[in-house]
Parts: sequence; C-alpha cells; structure tokens
Amino acid sequence: MNNLLTIFIAMVIVNNMVLSKFLGLCPFFGVSKKLSNAFSMGIAVTLVMLIASVSTSAIYNYILVPYKVEFMNIVIYILVIASLVQIVELIIKRTNIILYNALGIYLPLITTNCAVLGITLINSAENYSILESTVSALGAGIGFTLVLIIMSGIREKLDLADSPKSMRGLPVAFLTAALLALAFIGFNGMV
Amino acid sequence: MDDYKNKSGCEINKGNSRRFWKELAKGVVISNPVFILTLGLCPVLAITSSITNALGMSAGVIFVLLCSNIMISSIRKATPLMVRIPVFIVVIATFVTIFSLLFEAYFPPLHKSLGIYLPLIVVNCIILGRAEVFASKNSVVLSAADALGIGFGFTIALIMISFLRETLGTGSVEIFGRQLFKLPGLSVHPLTFFISPPGAFLVIGILLALFRWIGVIRGE
Repeated sequence: MNNLLTIFIAMVIVNNMVLSKFLGLCPFFGVSKKLSNAFSMGIAVTLVMLIASVSTSAIYNYILVPYKVEFMNIVIYILVIASLVQIVELIIKRTNIILYNALGIYLPLITTNCAVLGITLINSAENYSILESTVSALGAGIGFTLVLIIMSGIREKLDLADSPKSMRGLPVAFLTAALLALAFIGFNGMV
Repeated sequence: MDDYKNKSGCEINKGNSRRFWKELAKGVVISNPVFILTLGLCPVLAITSSITNALGMSAGVIFVLLCSNIMISSIRKATPLMVRIPVFIVVIATFVTIFSLLFEAYFPPLHKSLGIYLPLIVVNCIILGRAEVFASKNSVVLSAADALGIGFGFTIALIMISFLRETLGTGSVEIFGRQLFKLPGLSVHPLTFFISPPGAFLVIGILLALFRWIGVIRGE
C-alpha cells in the first residue's frame, strides 16, 4: 500500500509528466489556452492512459515476458493505444453525447500523444505489476491534468498582457512553463 | 503556430518540379521542424542536456525519417486512403524498433541515457507529419530529400540547444567522452539551472522568440 502511494505521489508531483519528463507537450501548449478545454483534455488523457496502461501491462506481463519478445513492445503498444482510442471514442459517442461533444476533437489527437505511449513504456521499464501500472497511470494522468489547468489559468491572464510581438504566443508560454517547472523542482526531495 | 504549418504545407505540395537540393535546403532553413514548425518538441527538451545525447537522438530521427519516408512513398499507391494512418504508424514503429535494437547493440551507454525517448520517436509528430504531408504524395527520391532536409534541420536545432545548455550548465563541452573545451570560471561554478528541466523550457522559449524576431525583421 505504501509502495502504491509512493508511486502515485511521485507520478503526480515529483516526476510530473509535463514539467520533468517533457511528455505530452503538444497538448500542453496547444490546448492550454482556455480553462474548460484544458480540463476536458486532461480528463480524456487520464482516461486513455488508465485503460492503455492496464491493457499494455497485462500484455507485457502475460504475453511479452513469458515468450521473451519484449523488444516488440513499441509496435504492440502503439497498436493497442491506437485501437483503444477508437473504441473509447465509439463508446463515449454511443453512451454520453455531451461528453463526446466536449472531448470530440481531442480524442483522435491522443493516439499520437507521447504521454500515453510514454507512461506504458515507463511501466514496463520499471517492471510494474498491473496494479502498480494502474496507479502510476492514474497519477500521471492527474499530474498532467493539474499542470494543464494551472497553465491554462495563467495563459488566460497572459493573453491580456502587453508582451513584445516576437514573444507572444508560444515563446512566452515556454517561459511560463520554465517558471512552473522551477516551482515543481521544489518537490524533488519529497519521495 | 498553425499559420506556419499551413504555409509550409502548401509550399511543399506545390512542387514536383523542385529539385533534390532545394527540398533538402528547405527542411534545414525555411521549414526548420523545431524553430519554425515547432514540431516534435518532447525529445528536444528532454535530451538536449548534453551534445552527445542530442547527436544520438538526431541519428535516430534521421534514420527513422529517411527509412519511413522511403518506405511510405514507395507503397503510397498501394495504401488505401482509409487505413493510411495505421499503416504509417506500423511502418514507423518497425523502423524505430530496428534502430533501437541496433543502437542497443553498438552504443549501449548512449542507448541507456536516451531511455524511453528513443522508443518515443514513434509518436514524434515530425515523422508522422512528413509521412502524411510529403511522403504519401511524392516520389521516392523527393521524399528521401525531404527526410534528409528535415532531419538535418532537426539535428542543427538540437545541436544549437544542447550546445547552449551544456556550455552554461556544466562549463565544458564533451562529445562522446572527448572534451572539446572548458571555460575557466564557469566550470568551477556551473549554472546547473540550465541542464535542469526548467532550463530547457527557458532556453527553447528564448530561442523561439529570437527566431520569431528575426522572421519579423525579415518579413518587414
């Protein structure tokens, strides 16, 4: 139990996906302009990460390792993630049309989101069991959502600021992320 | 960001008549994947803390980009439009696996320090982007030129960033274990901030602003 808690907190704060591992930067900068979009994107990524981690770690532990074909993990994981995203999209479309409209455009983008493939690869590199993988994926997803929401809050204000022309948009967003990452470094000794 | 993407996309679609070298030069300068198109930023930030890592990563991206562009361009007429994205992804993932195994065999320490960022080349938007925008519509030779140009552009960007970060962050520059130079004061009291994650965001933010600024001046 203690071990699971450590994994969770490390994933949310200390080894934050975006700010210390640099994974999922495209949605981080692309979708962080509005708070509501950021929240939807965060939820969608967390959902896909969770499902993807459970299934890939099952495949890793029960198929790839016993048959000694771990080197196939890249090809298999990307196929699993791509098809999972399609299935999740279909299910949400059938069951909850409001959620589908909110997440709609972000779902296909998640296939090529490096944070999702990243967390599955981290799980197998650390030899996590299925339960540990689930917890680490949940932590990574929550950490991603947290940073996305903080960032979008800052950027909504930043739009009103009068910054130099060449700094507007992406460059100033990077500088904001630098300060944010600096703040998160303070958590380093925690776990 | 989107404007830049569209502009370069159109320019590229125009030309079957363009020559090999023109495609090559365009990837390096006009549509530099990192500074102008701002694609594939995850590895750029993560592995630019040393030049050696940057060179290893660039080798991976050039290899995968070249092989997948050639492969996708040669099967472009046989690929049904509906399933093209999964086909591209499988082709790219195969080449990434090949490169990862080769790298592990010949450069084990570098393979270890690149860690999960090497397999993550699969989801690098540069490679899927070139497959979709260029290789699926152009001949094999032009696609190879495009891959080399974009690959070199990526390499140059990575070397610039990692050179800045390694110089400021450690005070000396090493390539594959051989020391290139050492700055007297800075190597005693290095600004370690620059090799830490926030330093990566800061350096790239400033470089992006610099490239925009140059673009604004030239545009006017």
